[in-house]
Amino acid sequence: MPIPVRVVSVERLLFEGDAEFVLTRSLEGELGILPNHAPLLAALAPNELRIDKAGGGSEHIFVGGGFLEVLPDRVTVLADVAEHTSEINLERAEASRRAIADRLAGQVPDTERRSLEQELVMAEERLRLARIRRGGGG
Amino acid sequence: MPSLRDIRGRIRSIQNTRKITKAYQVVSATKLRRAQQAVQAARPYAEKMLEVLETTSERATEYKHPFLQRREGDRAVVILVTTDKGLCGALNVNSIRAANRYLQSNHLKARWVTIGKKGRDFLARFRQEIIADSSELGDSPSFAAILPAITVALQEFEKGRADTVLLVYERWISTLRQEPVVRTMLPIEIPKREDQPGVSAAPAADYLYEPDPEAVLDALLPRYVETQVFQAVLENKASEHSARMIAMQNATDAAGELIDSLTLFMNKVRQAMITTELMEIVSGAEALRSAED
Repeated sequence: MPIPVRVVSVERLLFEGDAEFVLTRSLEGELGILPNHAPLLAALAPNELRIDKAGGGSEHIFVGGGFLEVLPDRVTVLADVAEHTSEINLERAEASRRAIADRLAGQVPDTERRSLEQELVMAEERLRLARIRRGGGG
Repeated sequence: MPSLRDIRGRIRSIQNTRKITKAYQVVSATKLRRAQQAVQAARPYAEKMLEVLETTSERATEYKHPFLQRREGDRAVVILVTTDKGLCGALNVNSIRAANRYLQSNHLKARWVTIGKKGRDFLARFRQEIIADSSELGDSPSFAAILPAITVALQEFEKGRADTVLLVYERWISTLRQEPVVRTMLPIEIPKREDQPGVSAAPAADYLYEPDPEAVLDALLPRYVETQVFQAVLENKASEHSARMIAMQNATDAAGELIDSLTLFMNKVRQAMITTELMEIVSGAEALRSAED
């Protein structure tokens, strides 16, 4: 029995449809959701969300953090930043990672440092995913 | 009396102005539609966020996150959302006035976080203290672009340098009406769940929390404020384009009226000229004839 899944970012709705299985990573580790999972609310780490669709095939979405909510009848992902992994542009991802790393290397007020470090983790994960995708010929 | 050529020149220049205002009006109408779509697109996230927040805060009642604590004090940080460009009627003035009125009636001292050039420039002229600014976001503001400014406001509150954080923006009601809104962002007041008989699934959930309710709430609360501000920015965009569309329409109409009245005046001048010339010819001929007699 598939479960309806919705992935929304602050800016738009990224995915809506029935799924057999959802795989992601919370702050505590890997997290797989099958139908009939107990209600759950988890804070997510930057990672690639994998949704195995009910009709076959799977959806890969980069999530830069956010929340996963599991209810008896549906799953919702509230993503901070999200994009389909196939949409990530490798050159741009590399450039933005470098920009953040450069800023961190220089003088940064403490107030900004924390959020910049988070951004860096996010950018690195994003880049890693883009590389995998390219390497896999997809 | 102005010469015919001067009037013709003026009419031509007003015609050009009218072309420009008309084009701007059409552009604004298109941009308005896009801005409205952006507001719509951001809504599912905001709604879901609120729902999760309600459930989680019901669960973690003992936990007092700093964002939920009320403090006595008169130090406010105001997040002022305005437009980057002018030509949009009284939109920005209304927002700023609403903000000042609110501050006065609640006896608050403000420092400002500005999103939008118009508000920033206005405050700078009046030597107000601006602690952060995210302006020039373009027509489709991204969430990431406004984050730094919001973070500054949240930190001021967290570190105890401000007692409240306010948000001021222009709410979009209809194309013809926008309304300035002043809302309290911090301390957060989580709205009580409304008793809707139709919705039964919402409150039933008793989640497992990963890592735990407090940690989830820690992550949720700042996100909640950020989303609210982002929504406000998008809505302000829609308001901006509506207001500009109307302002440009008024300008186009006014130009049309001016052209009409100038054309009338021009015709009168021309007729007066013809009359004068005729008179001169007739009186000249008359003078010649009487000389011959």
